[in-house]
Amino acid sequence: MFEDNPERGWSLVTDGIEMFPLIQRLDEEGNLTGELGVLSAESLKETYATMRFLRTFDERAWNLQRQGVIGTYAPFKGQEAAQMGAVAALNDSDWLVPTYRDWAASYLRGVPMEHGLFFSKGHPSLGDIPVGKQVLPAQVVIAAQTLHGVGVAWATKLRHENVATVVTFGDGATSQGDFHEAMNFASVLEVPLIFFCENNQWAISVPLAHQMHAETIAQRSVAYGIEGFRVDGNDYVAVANLMHDLTERVRNGEGPFLVEAVTYRLGAHTTADDPGKYRGSEEEDMWGRRDPLLRLEKWLRAQGLLTDEELVTLDAESEQKVEEILAVFREALGMSPLVLFDNVYATMPTNLASQRAQFEARVKEVGA
Amino acid sequence: MAKLTIAQALNQALELALAEDPSVVVLGEDVGKDGGVFRITDGLFDKFGPDRVIDTPLAESGIVGTSVGLAMAGMKPVAEIQFFGFIYETMDQIASQAARVRFRSLGRYSAPMVIRAPFGGGVKAPEIHSDSLEALFTHTPGIKVVTPSNPYDAKGLLLSAIDDPDPVLFLEPMRLYRAFRDEVPEEPYRVPLGKASVVREGTDVTLIGWGPSMALVLAAADELVAQYDISPEVVDLRTLTPLDEETIVTSVQKTQRAVVVHEAVRTSGFGGEIASIIQEKAFLYLEAPVLRVTGYDTPYPMTMFEDLWLPDTSQVVTAALSSVRF
Repeated sequence: MFEDNPERGWSLVTDGIEMFPLIQRLDEEGNLTGELGVLSAESLKETYATMRFLRTFDERAWNLQRQGVIGTYAPFKGQEAAQMGAVAALNDSDWLVPTYRDWAASYLRGVPMEHGLFFSKGHPSLGDIPVGKQVLPAQVVIAAQTLHGVGVAWATKLRHENVATVVTFGDGATSQGDFHEAMNFASVLEVPLIFFCENNQWAISVPLAHQMHAETIAQRSVAYGIEGFRVDGNDYVAVANLMHDLTERVRNGEGPFLVEAVTYRLGAHTTADDPGKYRGSEEEDMWGRRDPLLRLEKWLRAQGLLTDEELVTLDAESEQKVEEILAVFREALGMSPLVLFDNVYATMPTNLASQRAQFEARVKEVGA
Repeated sequence: MAKLTIAQALNQALELALAEDPSVVVLGEDVGKDGGVFRITDGLFDKFGPDRVIDTPLAESGIVGTSVGLAMAGMKPVAEIQFFGFIYETMDQIASQAARVRFRSLGRYSAPMVIRAPFGGGVKAPEIHSDSLEALFTHTPGIKVVTPSNPYDAKGLLLSAIDDPDPVLFLEPMRLYRAFRDEVPEEPYRVPLGKASVVREGTDVTLIGWGPSMALVLAAADELVAQYDISPEVVDLRTLTPLDEETIVTSVQKTQRAVVVHEAVRTSGFGGEIASIIQEKAFLYLEAPVLRVTGYDTPYPMTMFEDLWLPDTSQVVTAALSSVRF
């Protein structure tokens, strides 16, 4: 049935690109074009429930910005399968080095969802990752974290830890020098790292075709002498299986690898952006039909694993969880502004201490 | 006690750090077999192997960016940037990344790392090899800036920098690497960061310098004593961030005069910051304006005119005299 690659259980979609055809297992109609692999029907139902919660959160965050509750927010709507699949095979010893749109991936690795709201609010706790969770704080300079990913993976290699690191970034990041330096360092040093590119087609207003002259991001791997893969990023089954495979290989010392997950930013770049200025609704409609949630829902329904009643329950639960996140978020807003001075250095220098005292007086004066 | 050059003292510090702490790694361009273009890492590759002393690809942002990742994951990278002028390539990874890790993560993560670079001019090197860019980093909260001027401090400060829980930019005066020798204890010792040194006590004028400029400050001090019967107090800052304001202010309150000397271009140089602190904290003690002896506001010159462009001893003497005679 899956003749493209019977060994690995995936099919290759010839979407006009010869060098790196798209790896797929579940098509946009919700038909399996490959095997479930390491996944089970039950696990996919759970995945769908999580995905639906993440979608609810993301849409709610957009509205919270409109209501003035949070600041600029970068939605991940449409990229849920890619982000969830990217970390599907990681365990507690592995590392995730995310970019600023990756709240779904970070959430799965143990970063509470309110961190997405903290980030948008500019709350000092935005990068306060729970102790024991091996996730780096999101940062906003495009591609800078790719080098951190190399360093983290390198540290684990030097300590012979046999763990995997996944660094995530967008298509725009592949234009940056840091990305290329990271690919080069990683390949020369042979570090246990997976470069996971969420190719969502748009870097704010600039489409990928204006970002690079090459056909695929995956083919960048060739120049660095490492293996590259191009996967349907809206197909959780394909992404999760690929990452299971690569994570295992990385732990066995075979890395690094480059994965291009072909997906789409269904929403705007951020709440400050209007995609109507630069892209057509026809394209958005086409990608809307490829929504990662839709195809998983279709498949689960066809298996008789998902009913309308269950969806109503799922949505109610998601709303409830979002309310709980909001409660935690609101609770955290009482933080003292003096915290700004506390984490510049491990020990506060005397001149900074005197500035802190001035700031404290100012805070009292304006009653903040 | 052995008499060592700054270069030898630094080499000894790196060797001790590598031996003391298995998480320390030395990385950079040509730091392995070659021992670095200034031979500061000479012999370390043979002693500690390619996993501890690492020749990286030729990419400065890559060196610092991977060091940030190494540090966040528990290693202690000591990165070499071959010449300080190449630091521009790393500005984002230092200023936006390394320096902000602790702040960004509310103290959950830190980036304890040392970035070493040869500092200052006077060796007839090509363009972008001799620029004094320390003020870019004293203007960057979250990173410490350290610069020794003699072999004893070089070893003790480098060991402190490697111990430090925060990222440290460690600037090594290039033309002083092998200019003279000093007694340096063989065992490990620490010179604390954030503490200036009163190298010479005096009563008439405070001469303030750091790193490479200390050579001319000390020569000028000798000349002031010998030829003009003036008693200068000499302060070597050693650490620019965090700055030891107390030592500066105490000295100026005593001498009532100050001259600041640096190789960096004048405008927005760190000398302006020193002058500003003195007028804020010792205004009523001053008998003369705080003077600066600095490079000119041009790009660092072609080497044909380098010696003319750089501040020299006579300019420091002249400035000290005009301060005293004001």
